[in-house]
Amino acid sequence: MRKVAIYGKGGIGKSTTTQNTVAGLAEMGKNVMVVGCDPKADSTRLLLGGLSQATVLDTLREEGEDVELDDVCLKGYAGTTCVESGGPEPGVGCAGRGIITSINLLEQLGAYKQEKELDYVFYDVLGDVVCGGFAMPIREGKAQEIYIVVSGEMMAMYAANNICKGIVKYADAGGVRLGGLICNSRNVDNERQMIEELAKRLGTQMIHFVPRENQVQRAEINRKTVIDFSPEHAQADEYRALAKKVDQNEMFVIPKPLAIEELEKLLIEYGIAN
Amino acid sequence: MSTKTKKRKELTPDEVRQELIKKYPPKVARKRAKQIQVNTGEEASTPEILSNVRTIPGIITMRGCSYAGCKGVVLGPTRDIVNITHGPIGCGFYSWLTRRNQTQPPTEEHENFLPYCFSTDMNENDIVFGGMNKLRQAIREAYDLFKPRAIAVFSTCPVGLIGDDVHAVAREMKETLNKEDPNHFVNVFAFSCEGYKGVSQSAGHHIANNQIFTHVIGHNDEPKEGKYKINVLGEYNIGGDAFVIEDLFERCGLTLVSTFSGNSSIYDFERAHTADLNTIMCHRSINYVAEMMEKKFGIPWFKVNFIGAVETAKSLRKIAQYFGDKELIERVEKVIAEEMPAVEAALAEIKPRTAGKTAMLFVGGSRAHHYQDLFKEMGMKTLAAGYEFAHRDDYEGRRVIPSIQVDADSRNIEELDVHKDDARYKESYEARKKALEAEGCEFSDYKGMMPEMEKDTLSIDDLNQFEADKLIELYKPDIFCAGIKEKFSIQKCGVPMKQLHSYDSGGPYAGFKGAINFYKEIDRLVNSKVWSFVKAPWSTNPELQATYNWE
Repeated sequence: MRKVAIYGKGGIGKSTTTQNTVAGLAEMGKNVMVVGCDPKADSTRLLLGGLSQATVLDTLREEGEDVELDDVCLKGYAGTTCVESGGPEPGVGCAGRGIITSINLLEQLGAYKQEKELDYVFYDVLGDVVCGGFAMPIREGKAQEIYIVVSGEMMAMYAANNICKGIVKYADAGGVRLGGLICNSRNVDNERQMIEELAKRLGTQMIHFVPRENQVQRAEINRKTVIDFSPEHAQADEYRALAKKVDQNEMFVIPKPLAIEELEKLLIEYGIAN
Repeated sequence: MSTKTKKRKELTPDEVRQELIKKYPPKVARKRAKQIQVNTGEEASTPEILSNVRTIPGIITMRGCSYAGCKGVVLGPTRDIVNITHGPIGCGFYSWLTRRNQTQPPTEEHENFLPYCFSTDMNENDIVFGGMNKLRQAIREAYDLFKPRAIAVFSTCPVGLIGDDVHAVAREMKETLNKEDPNHFVNVFAFSCEGYKGVSQSAGHHIANNQIFTHVIGHNDEPKEGKYKINVLGEYNIGGDAFVIEDLFERCGLTLVSTFSGNSSIYDFERAHTADLNTIMCHRSINYVAEMMEKKFGIPWFKVNFIGAVETAKSLRKIAQYFGDKELIERVEKVIAEEMPAVEAALAEIKPRTAGKTAMLFVGGSRAHHYQDLFKEMGMKTLAAGYEFAHRDDYEGRRVIPSIQVDADSRNIEELDVHKDDARYKESYEARKKALEAEGCEFSDYKGMMPEMEKDTLSIDDLNQFEADKLIELYKPDIFCAGIKEKFSIQKCGVPMKQLHSYDSGGPYAGFKGAINFYKEIDRLVNSKVWSFVKAPWSTNPELQATYNWE
């Protein structure tokens, strides 16, 4: 079983990219589980065809200790298993602690056990790594490979670099490695070249360049992945390609985060300053 | 204990100081050196002592936390406030009555919540989703069960980390509950006294002072019946100390408006500002309230000490002098005359056995000072003393306050901006204070512990286990006074140990009667033969002898 975590700046398209990639893997016949690590609990909406009503933390709160795996695992598109950690409303409590609690509970309930015959677990993690809780999926050997969703916008690249720092911190203890950058295009000038260069300097690869396409929005409003909504569309093939590359990926590295000056220089070189 | 170091008589205090810090890394040694000072025996040359600073990680400190200072020390002893600990159950349970604060409601019908322990029992779900709803529920439940006059909420560490707004909940519940039943006033207020605030429990005392002053004092303007009205601040009725003091006051004809907070009631706090004088026992934990009451209401304060027969008599006389009434002065003298023969008789019997013995005290923010007076009365010498959480003014005297550097840790604790309450401010006190000051009566002052200690004794701030062991090794004192954490490690060294937080199972030790109790207790401890048996028999005389079979 491969354990994958997807990180990236808030709003970059982590959940959309994750679910579309998972749909691609499921179409290939892989057995995949998605664990949403975002208090908003919207990481599995496209696979489930709507928001999950039974997050791990809500269930834990309502049922007490007597929680069963089936209470929190729902079946989604093409047999994928969908779990949402859930968490508090904005401004109260501790969402980071919630993720720790939730992932520990999933482990205790045997969500990752052999007999589940999972090929993949995907953790879709909220925004930046703001506190220890959000680093949970890369700690203690939970996720082994990380993909960072990024675009050619400065703050997205800045966040990607920061996430690399988090990976370095846990690389020795947890054995986590960076599998590559996924460029979710924003139609920035020289975007492909710039992200390829960023990947190179980080010591990794740009695993795929996902072009900007309105079909993604249309699928989302229908609560579906592109592969599910319009299997014939060219964008569906992009996600299939990404899924295939992830499945065949053999490049797992400890990244070398850039100094801020170096990152800014990269942006200037690739024409953002013009 | 066998030791290669020179025996104490050959070591100068400076050498002892070097012994204590020589094993430390240079940076630690530098800091600790500033916290260990040799007393000069006079006020003017008292050295500056570093205090109220962070304990160095790795050092096994004697200190407590901010929550302990706020809930455990200052508010804990009040009988009719429902004190709710907002946090995991351990914080509430382990801070429940462990100081042996006693209380005596006037009648059976009066409220007494001391036997109860209230906690929101936060668990993981509350940490993740926030504990404010649970807190609302707890306040509601406490109100429905007891209909108390006041409910106080104390924040523990996780509450601060997840950002529960305890003050908003308190405000909201106060409004809701008072709207529900306008005929029953209930006060609800909260304390941001998370354990990690500040460097010791001292921060918690300050936070407690601020909230009590803001939410309670001045709530009721109806004065208590009686003459010569005073408050006693910083007396916590451990082992029944307050009962002894109350008895003395009654016989002298003094009217006690409120004690903060031994044997106290919220109703007394509310009208504490109707007293004519504030007297302070524990300067560190409560001087803030006295200062703020003087600013707002004009009530003068001075330091008293009811520990030790000599100091008790002195304090009573000073109070009588303040009121300047001949009748009161005569009554006070009469009470002292009634009490002293028993004290003298006890000393005549006990002092021959205790004179010349030695003591060390490391406790509190005033206790390490006050109890030296009792030892002095018994002819015993204090070799070294120190506080857990005091500031420089408690060591060197309030005269050094202008030169105390305020660091970031202290700035983190709110300093209230208090103004004169024009309607209730009593100008008349000022004239009385001025006249008495001309006679040499000192107000708003505390001379500190160090100037009153003998030359070449040691003052040590925030003592730790290593240094305590070392001191015992070097000095072999006849008795060591500290708290429960130190109790058994000290006794294992063969030195009797007296707890001055909880008094072990003893007390009262305040006033004249308390002094006699203390003499007897110390006599029993320092003259017991049991300590000579602490050394394990096999350490000198092995029971088994053997050789390795290959020898």
